[in-house]
Amino acid sequence: MIIVENLTKDFNKQTILKGINEQIEDGERLVIIGPSGSGKSTFLRCLNLLEKPTGGKIFVDDVDITAKGVDINAVRLKMGMVFQHFNLFPHKTVLGNLTLAPVQTGLMKKPEATEVAMELLKRVGLADKAKSYPVQLSGGQKQRVAIARSLAMRPRMMLFDEPTSALDPEMVGEVLDVMRDLATEGMTMVVVTHEMHFARDVGSRILFMCDGAIAEQGTPDQVFTNPKCERLQQFLTSISF
Amino acid sequence: MGLSFLSTPPPGWEEGFLFDVYRGLIRGNGWVSLLEGLGITMQIALGAVVIGVALGFALSLMRISKSKILKGVAAVYLSVIRGTPVVLQLFIWWFVVFAATGTTRLWVAIIAFGINSAAYVCEIFRGGIMSVDKGQTEAGRSLGLSGIKTMMFVVLPQALKNALPSLGNEFIMLIKETSVVGFIALVDLMRAANLIMSGTFEPVVPLFSAGILYWIVITILTQLLTLLERRLRRSDNR
Repeated sequence: MIIVENLTKDFNKQTILKGINEQIEDGERLVIIGPSGSGKSTFLRCLNLLEKPTGGKIFVDDVDITAKGVDINAVRLKMGMVFQHFNLFPHKTVLGNLTLAPVQTGLMKKPEATEVAMELLKRVGLADKAKSYPVQLSGGQKQRVAIARSLAMRPRMMLFDEPTSALDPEMVGEVLDVMRDLATEGMTMVVVTHEMHFARDVGSRILFMCDGAIAEQGTPDQVFTNPKCERLQQFLTSISF
Repeated sequence: MGLSFLSTPPPGWEEGFLFDVYRGLIRGNGWVSLLEGLGITMQIALGAVVIGVALGFALSLMRISKSKILKGVAAVYLSVIRGTPVVLQLFIWWFVVFAATGTTRLWVAIIAFGINSAAYVCEIFRGGIMSVDKGQTEAGRSLGLSGIKTMMFVVLPQALKNALPSLGNEFIMLIKETSVVGFIALVDLMRAANLIMSGTFEPVVPLFSAGILYWIVITILTQLLTLLERRLRRSDNR
């Protein structure tokens, strides 16, 4: 469970997040939508401290990760993250990408890590690419490998930062399928995305962010069928889906 | 060894250019001193490159570290080394720092050029590290790897690959820069040519011989570097 208390973030005197309060329960599939520049990604990146909050507190399983001296690496072990630009390690094979962190963090020994990695690759449909290098993969394949890489750490929660925004349209589906699969298994997910169909189908709760604050939230039905806030109505009409 | 048994010019070599070749390279074993000089040149360059790479790597880590003290030390180092001529630094090491220590000229030269080269290597490494996308570090850290492990297993392998061509170039520069060690009476290739010239009062043969030797060594190295670069690039689109 994640509890966010009055989270603020400034970049060069510009306020990106204006005091966010949120609670994310285990098993939730929280989808964050909103116009660009609304602070969605910044909020997500604060959850595993890739961005350092300016103010406020974040509790992950009752540990205040904004406190001084907290072992952030231990916290990050529980949370996988998938990036817009995949960020696969280009000097490692697909298999090497998956086994690096489990082995180096001492989570698993090499043979076990390899076994887990192969299982995950099979699951995302890329077992035959284990020996390939990232440059040989398509965008969709890269993102599936990136998801498998995060899962190799056996996280309890996955953060997705616009996982399909850098993909060619015909590759979006294969990545969303993998994410749907994860959702079905009950993985706790926080997803920043522009894929409204996905948000509606998979999200258990939708957050609409605007100008660094949460402007509206609710079930997919409430948010997409009965938007109350004017900005959300504008946002939904401005995007076609 | 040598051809000093040829104490008189061979038939047909008694005058003109061939005589210059004879007295410059054969009589008095000029060719041997040139090759020995080349040996010294390469020893200095190789020794200096080892020191330069090790020290330069450490300096580059200091430069990108968060500690203000480490950053400051590295900045002063770079500023002093890059802000003064290498010959001046060589003099200071030989006549001041190591003056009373009995350290050999060769070692003083290796240290002087190594410390000089480290400043440039530092910037090469720093450039290599900076050229690795920030997303790589974020991916490593988000997987729970520590900052150091992310550096070791994610950033540095890519940074080194990016830096290799420039490092090779620095080595080539270093070989040529060592030609000033004659100033502390080390007989490198340049100095050997100079000595032959002042013995025979004939400049063409020793100078061009030295030039050709430098050129051969550096051309071989350049070719090796091109090969290496091509191999690295091939691994980019396997």
